[in-house]
Amino acid sequence: MKVLTLNFLTCAVKDCKSSNNSFPLHPKDAELVYDDLEINPQLLVNVLPRVDWVALRTTSTELGFPELPEQPPTVEELESDEKMLQDLHKLLMETQIMEGKLVCGNCGHEYAIREGIANFLLPSHLV
Amino acid sequence: MLPTPDTSHVPYQRVYEPAEDSFLLLDTLSSPSETAFLTSRFGNNINTTISTSSQPPPPPPPLILEVGPGSGVVIAFLTAHAQTILGTPHVLACGVDVNRFACAATAKTAARAIAEAKDDASSSSSSSSPGAGFFLDAVQGDLVAPVRAGMIDVLVFNPPYVPTAELPAQPQPESEAEQQQQQQRGTVVRGGRDGMETTDRLIAALPTALSERGCAYVLLCAQNKPEEVKEQIRAMGGGGGGGGGRWKAETVGTSGKQAGWEKLQIVRIWRDYDGVAADTTGS
Ligand SMILES: [Zn+2]
Repeated sequence: MKVLTLNFLTCAVKDCKSSNNSFPLHPKDAELVYDDLEINPQLLVNVLPRVDWVALRTTSTELGFPELPEQPPTVEELESDEKMLQDLHKLLMETQIMEGKLVCGNCGHEYAIREGIANFLLPSHLV
Repeated sequence: MLPTPDTSHVPYQRVYEPAEDSFLLLDTLSSPSETAFLTSRFGNNINTTISTSSQPPPPPPPLILEVGPGSGVVIAFLTAHAQTILGTPHVLACGVDVNRFACAATAKTAARAIAEAKDDASSSSSSSSPGAGFFLDAVQGDLVAPVRAGMIDVLVFNPPYVPTAELPAQPQPESEAEQQQQQQRGTVVRGGRDGMETTDRLIAALPTALSERGCAYVLLCAQNKPEEVKEQIRAMGGGGGGGGGRWKAETVGTSGKQAGWEKLQIVRIWRDYDGVAADTTGS
């Protein structure tokens, strides 16, 4: 599962939807792989405004990446900073969590990721 | 005619095989009325390099999500032909399916369709840029439960019931928990009012799940009483970040002409903001 995907997902438990602690989910025991994808600077520039930057910073740090700046880069900064583009491309598009868990900060439920596929189905007592 | 994604790698003993319902979705989503609608909402005419700062920023890439993609043929089609259908290659696509094998199949179908679209673009002598979007992931889950509120711009749902007596085999459960979940869902697929239980839950989730510019395409068959369903949707409230907007539900595309099947139709569901401003100023 890609880091960018994680930015769109939250805990599947209904009671967690209203809690700020249910997003982002926290990776645990994550095994990462890196896809080799062609960089698409335009797509990155366009995607950034809809990325929750605070959540991405948290995820990035929890996965062991260098700390991201507090504010997202502006379009001008991105266009003039090849390294930042490359770094964001790697983090958002190329990094995949292949094995591990995603933990909800509100209810503590752990969602397993196996072979890159996260399982958000809930046991019957949580549905 | 846009090419249909190759699904020859999909294990059909574990995953729904594409059938008339899937092909009706492909036809409808790529029909002139729907590409015009989607392009007007999401298109941004990207044909230059990075936009200069003097231009207004393009609309952010839409998130398109298929619930229950099965083989992945529909979401792969939308992603591979994003430029043609949505008017922009800057599309993020994902899927949610209860079936783990369907998630794996969907990711592969999408990857193959995108690669093929890029090959086609580079082998053609024209200067056309590759029009394929970006596929994120397919995750295992129940409808839109794992997705943050207000994120989905285009939702596609082909419900798990089929209008014939024959049901596809359930995939082999891998654990007791998955077996329980499948049994729960199996009863939903087989029973319930007009086979609508799952679709009712999905429709009820739309005001929260869709973005303000969001829309949904839901496949219905005649026994679902589509006219009643559409009336219910038009009476929905809520969502939209308080921006107003009326819920619309219309049958679109080439629906309802499938010989040999109980009539299928695709209903487009969206918020319409026309006239809302006029209403609030008390005209
Ligand atoms: Zn939770």
